[in-house]
Amino acid sequence: MGEYTLTRSEKRFIGWHLFIAISALAIGSFYGPMQAFNYAGWNFYPTLKKWHIAESYYQGLTLHGVLNAVVWTTFFITGFLTFNMIYGLKRPLKYPKLNALGFWMMVVGLVLTAYAILANQASVLYTFYPPMKASWIFYLGLVLLVVGSWIEGYGFYFTLHQWKKDNPGVRTPFIAFASVATMVLWQLATLGVAIETLFMLLPWSLGWLEGIDIQLARTFFWWFGHPLVYFWLLPAYISWYGYLPKQAGGKLFSDTMARLAFWLFILLSVPVGFHHQFVDPGVAPGWKYIHALLTLSVVIPSMMTLFTVVASLEYAGIKRGGKGLLGWLAKLPWDDPIVAAQLLAGLLFIFGGIGGVVNASYNTNLILHNTAWVPGHFHLTVSTAVTLTFMGISYWLVPYLTGRELCCRKVALAQVYLWATGMAIFSQAMHSLGLLGAPRRTPLGEAPYVPPEWSGLLLRVGIGGIFLLIAVYMYIWIMAHTAFFGRKAEKPVEVQVAEPMQDVQLTPEWLDAWKPWIAGAVGLILIAYTPVLMELISHMVPVAAPKMKLW
Amino acid sequence: MTAHSTLIDRHERRWIAISAALLASFAVLIGIAGFALGVQVPTLEQRVDPAKLNEDPVWSQPGVREIVPGRKYEVYIIAQTWMFVPREIVVPAGAKVTFYVTSRDIQHGFKVLDTDLNVQVIPGYVGKLSYTFKEPGEYKFICTEYCGLGHAAMAGVIKVVPPEEYQSSQ
Ligand code: HEM
Ligand SMILES: [Cu+2]
Ligand SMILES: [Cu+2]
Repeated sequence: MGEYTLTRSEKRFIGWHLFIAISALAIGSFYGPMQAFNYAGWNFYPTLKKWHIAESYYQGLTLHGVLNAVVWTTFFITGFLTFNMIYGLKRPLKYPKLNALGFWMMVVGLVLTAYAILANQASVLYTFYPPMKASWIFYLGLVLLVVGSWIEGYGFYFTLHQWKKDNPGVRTPFIAFASVATMVLWQLATLGVAIETLFMLLPWSLGWLEGIDIQLARTFFWWFGHPLVYFWLLPAYISWYGYLPKQAGGKLFSDTMARLAFWLFILLSVPVGFHHQFVDPGVAPGWKYIHALLTLSVVIPSMMTLFTVVASLEYAGIKRGGKGLLGWLAKLPWDDPIVAAQLLAGLLFIFGGIGGVVNASYNTNLILHNTAWVPGHFHLTVSTAVTLTFMGISYWLVPYLTGRELCCRKVALAQVYLWATGMAIFSQAMHSLGLLGAPRRTPLGEAPYVPPEWSGLLLRVGIGGIFLLIAVYMYIWIMAHTAFFGRKAEKPVEVQVAEPMQDVQLTPEWLDAWKPWIAGAVGLILIAYTPVLMELISHMVPVAAPKMKLW
Repeated sequence: MTAHSTLIDRHERRWIAISAALLASFAVLIGIAGFALGVQVPTLEQRVDPAKLNEDPVWSQPGVREIVPGRKYEVYIIAQTWMFVPREIVVPAGAKVTFYVTSRDIQHGFKVLDTDLNVQVIPGYVGKLSYTFKEPGEYKFICTEYCGLGHAAMAGVIKVVPPEEYQSSQ
């Protein structure tokens, strides 16, 4: 039986996703180090302004947030999931044209959004909190981006449905199952932001609505904002569960637990948005506490993931000759950039998880809300656990798609370690600054109230930025070199999908059934949100946009 | 390895049980800190039309109100682009100070350094939060939500003075 391979046009389709994702990272991640340098007192913004690279710190920050956290992630994810669907089910998409439509809609959305930001009409940051008002083009672009991604998701559903019909009683292969699950989560999540944008922001920015209720808009936003982070994270988990064990030389410890974890994430990701609103006046403390408890429940599937991934790696390490309690750890292929990227991502993610518990813990949030702690936290999660894993994935997926060899393996290995080191330095300093009260979204190099005691930490942020500036462009260079100038590979890349230790058919059928879980997720959302939304909607205070442009 | 005989590994069961115990202890501790010891998040005082703050009897005169001399104070603060009104506040040490914070225009943040006072300032809504400053000194408060070009300079100060000094200065 030969390896299943994707057709040329399928490869090209996925390749386009990655091309846009990586291009977005190339631009968006330029501003990160600039921000870090501003903190350290090396302020390049006057020069950036002169060269029209950033009109202000905030235009740069908007580009940084949107291009990294929205564009790099969403395009990479839809591309990677498309690969998982086709390769996992060993069949083409049912309606490739539908998926293509979704993709091009996302591209048009991206162009509109990018235009609005670059024209300095939308320096509202990637959370676009009203009543700061961006150009309507910005909101329209976002809508198209989201709807396009939905359509790609629908394409997955049709494909899975057909596969299930053709394979009754067979468990869906994990990577395909988990990809569809990620899309289901995304659809539940984006409902909130779709309501906010379609019924509030877009008509208001077009002048059809005089004012909107700001607390209500925030509440819809955070219905989306938290599960958004799981939309980023689950594809990294797909790689950790579905590929990494094999890449490290072992097997997936438990297919059953992997699936159960995915279902629990779907149940628990959405009804938790108030943990971003602990200090919002318009949500009652009791509801905030309930959301805190639901958020903390994510401890269970997270700890399950830690267990399963570590157990799979332990098995791999023992097979490679590791002895004793921790001998397996040293035997893992730390010199393979694909594996090292994911191991380092997972390692730093442990600290991200611990920080997350602190964020979610209701009153401890008072200390850190809107401080530098928060970007410190999510540069461990989305910018390391997720981004570094995606980098590791691209080190095999781009060669697979282009039929070219990964250029300069050693450089790739160095890139991975540099990224992890830079982020560790950067994020540790950001966490500490936050505890001292340093606000986020602020050019701290220019803020008059910054006391001299913070300067050591601010310097460390800058030093982390130097590592990361180098690491990000090493990555871009490796990718460009591989995709466009790489040596033609003699034999195709072998796709390393991990086999579970047990027969997949032993996984209970209820873990491969969709309806009960989705119904449960919807039910939880309704319980967690209906009373508060009703209260807000029945007491709306319409607020108009400011008369002048504030950036 | 036992993984082949049962669906959920024995060690993993134990691991999940420990995780659940951890989760339960977090829930209880946070609950006690919040609802028994009073380390509380801000609450809603009222809704106001941000365009009409000047016509409001309370909001047309933001600042400090003495409720019980030396013991209880109320402070009304308006955040607007790009300043706090008022930007300097004087209260005595040891008194319970309740802050009411709202916005005249867009979203801002209000965070007092070295305390757990922190509220998202949302136009249309008045956040309420309390604190007792035990030590005299200067406490800076800063805007922690992006509000435009002047955001990084938006700050103020709370001067906490010894009670005797406070009475004589009034
Ligand atoms: C290249 C290395 C990077 C550096 C040095 C860096 C640095 C920073 C800094 C200093 C901030 C805080 C700015 C502020 O609050 O004033 C920030 C914010 C942010 N970064 Fe990064 N970053 C990097 C890469 C990334 C990546 C890869 C992602 C996502 C995949 C990301 C996502 C974000 C987001 C979402 C924000 C928040 C923007 C906001 O508050 O509106 N960053 N970054
Ligand atoms: Cu969250
Ligand atoms: Cu501000």
